[in-house]
Amino acid sequence: MSEKTQVSSAPSTRKKKNLLPVEIDAQLQSMDRRRFLGKGMAMAGTTLAAGAVGATAASAAPLPVPESNRSMGKPIPATEYGIPSKFEKHVVRRRTDVFVNRQNWSDWSMTPLQYQPGIITPNGLIFERHHAGTPDIDPAAHRLVIHGMVRQPLTFAMDDLVRYPSVSRFYFHECSGNGLADWLKPASKTVQQTHGLLSGVLWTGVPAATLLEEAGIDPKAKWVLFEGADGSAHTRSIPIEKVLDDTMIVYAMNGEALRPENGYPVRVVIPGWEGNVSVKWLRRIKLGEEPWHFRSETARYTDPLPEGKWRQFSMVMECKSVITSPSGGQTLKRPGFYEVTGLAWSGAGKVRHVDVSFDGGQNWREATLEEPIMDKCLTRFKIGWNWNGGPAVLMSRAVDSTGYVQPSVQDLQKTRAIVGFVQHHNAIQPWIVGAKGEVTNGIGKA
Amino acid sequence: MALAKLKLLAASTAAALAVIGCAGTGGGMAVKSATGIPLGATGPHAVQPLPDKPRFGQPLSEADLGAWNIDIRARDGAGLPPGRGTVAQGKKIYEAKCTACHGVDAKGGAVYGTMVGGIGSFKGSPRVVTPGSMYPYAPILFDYIRRTMPMDSPQTMTTDEIYAVSAYMLNLNGLLPADGAVDQNSMAQIKMPNRDGFLVDDRPDSRAVRCMTNCK
Repeated sequence: MSEKTQVSSAPSTRKKKNLLPVEIDAQLQSMDRRRFLGKGMAMAGTTLAAGAVGATAASAAPLPVPESNRSMGKPIPATEYGIPSKFEKHVVRRRTDVFVNRQNWSDWSMTPLQYQPGIITPNGLIFERHHAGTPDIDPAAHRLVIHGMVRQPLTFAMDDLVRYPSVSRFYFHECSGNGLADWLKPASKTVQQTHGLLSGVLWTGVPAATLLEEAGIDPKAKWVLFEGADGSAHTRSIPIEKVLDDTMIVYAMNGEALRPENGYPVRVVIPGWEGNVSVKWLRRIKLGEEPWHFRSETARYTDPLPEGKWRQFSMVMECKSVITSPSGGQTLKRPGFYEVTGLAWSGAGKVRHVDVSFDGGQNWREATLEEPIMDKCLTRFKIGWNWNGGPAVLMSRAVDSTGYVQPSVQDLQKTRAIVGFVQHHNAIQPWIVGAKGEVTNGIGKA
Repeated sequence: MALAKLKLLAASTAAALAVIGCAGTGGGMAVKSATGIPLGATGPHAVQPLPDKPRFGQPLSEADLGAWNIDIRARDGAGLPPGRGTVAQGKKIYEAKCTACHGVDAKGGAVYGTMVGGIGSFKGSPRVVTPGSMYPYAPILFDYIRRTMPMDSPQTMTTDEIYAVSAYMLNLNGLLPADGAVDQNSMAQIKMPNRDGFLVDDRPDSRAVRCMTNCK
């Protein structure tokens, strides 16, 4: 990632209407209260809430017939690409605003996980990380080449690639830099800022092995180079075992062509590994005997270790989870029932358990995992919680199918040097619930 | 015959992964590549069994690739094209094309931080990451400058210009004398201070336990 940055304070969260059981604003607004009750959230079921319901019901006029019942709606145009409701305009990707780059070509934007139900991220909300901006590539002119240690170098047009038998698979996609601003003390406010370099996607394409085998793999080839057609010609070296196993050459995501910012017209997807190895705008694949040691795998995307050393080729994204609701910047409106929910994932397998603590890690309860639970994919967890109105510290901790337990920052500090721009942060995220129900980032505090 | 061999290779690779995968349960990323890189979860093996494999790739020769074939193998400089550039030439090119973002003498500018110094800083904090302090191999300079710089018009500099800017960067970092130059043979010979600074991924490196009650 870009080396020159300036850190700014997290922006204040503006007042938002929303369909969540929590407020996005610290201050209760009467309009929001009515919306809240109208949404059936009176299941909060406490004495306090019941009193509020009674008072409202006694003074209210009979429910008016809404205007939408008494008029014709918008007609169907001949053609259209549908967009979200005008009432959902706050659900947007945001350019990184905690760790601020001085330019926005080698930069990143983050997914609003606090608004995402389920495990799939809509295409317009999938996070971005580019090294030289988004190119605008004509698929008719684009070519993909496979060469190097192969029997016969080959070139493929997009028309060729889409003719192969396709596969579609659900995977999580996470940037190695997810969480980098929040290791030892809170810099971010919302889960979009702390964990928004994460998305869940159904990718469609061709197994990389299909194309490599067509070119004829030299048995001495051990590494595979992937290179982009963007202004950074972003490049990584990948062990051939991973490429032949589950790597995909992808042209579609979530049921439509790749978006330009996600690699249109073709990219590689290397499941469960740090996002940047899944090179976008893919133009070239080369087989070789050893890694190339590009800048992007030496000076960048390496992890500081004690004694001045660096960990290289740390590409698997380890098991991790985060509570998305309630999360930073939200406010619990009143004591009572809340569904605590979040996401868990692992590049080393499936999520097996997620435990949630409400007392800062002293005691834990196992959450329910929602099906489907897929390999190297986001898994949604949920657990009911009766907030008593007092301070609480919420944390989630995932365990994957290898038995690996999501660590705390303190656990990671035992073996890593948390100094400077540190990637691969998969530690437990605490959210502090204050006496007024306000939720804040508890990293380094709990 | 050759095709049959390759099919066999692919099948044996998949089988090897499957065997290791079964043996490696219960403690992190046991499956590794032949070169020791942890692979994480393997499979489901993506290749579908097909009775008649479609073949849509169009043959081309390595020569046809031309200017696409730009990667440099940094360890030994394989792929470096014939050419040469001096520190003095590089300084002039740098001042014309690079100063706006990276600043005078690469000490940091309007957009990016310093590209000079930091050698010896890694055992303290902050670690000052520059091409001089961080790159394990000098040819990374040529590879990266060619594919990315200048940021608003990458892949437009001549081979000699790229060697020259590389030489200037090495000189600013004390790794090449002011009257020095680099070419396709000399670049990989430069001993970079961080050559032995990298360890291959050895994760999982944490040993958290799944405590449920009275954990702190």
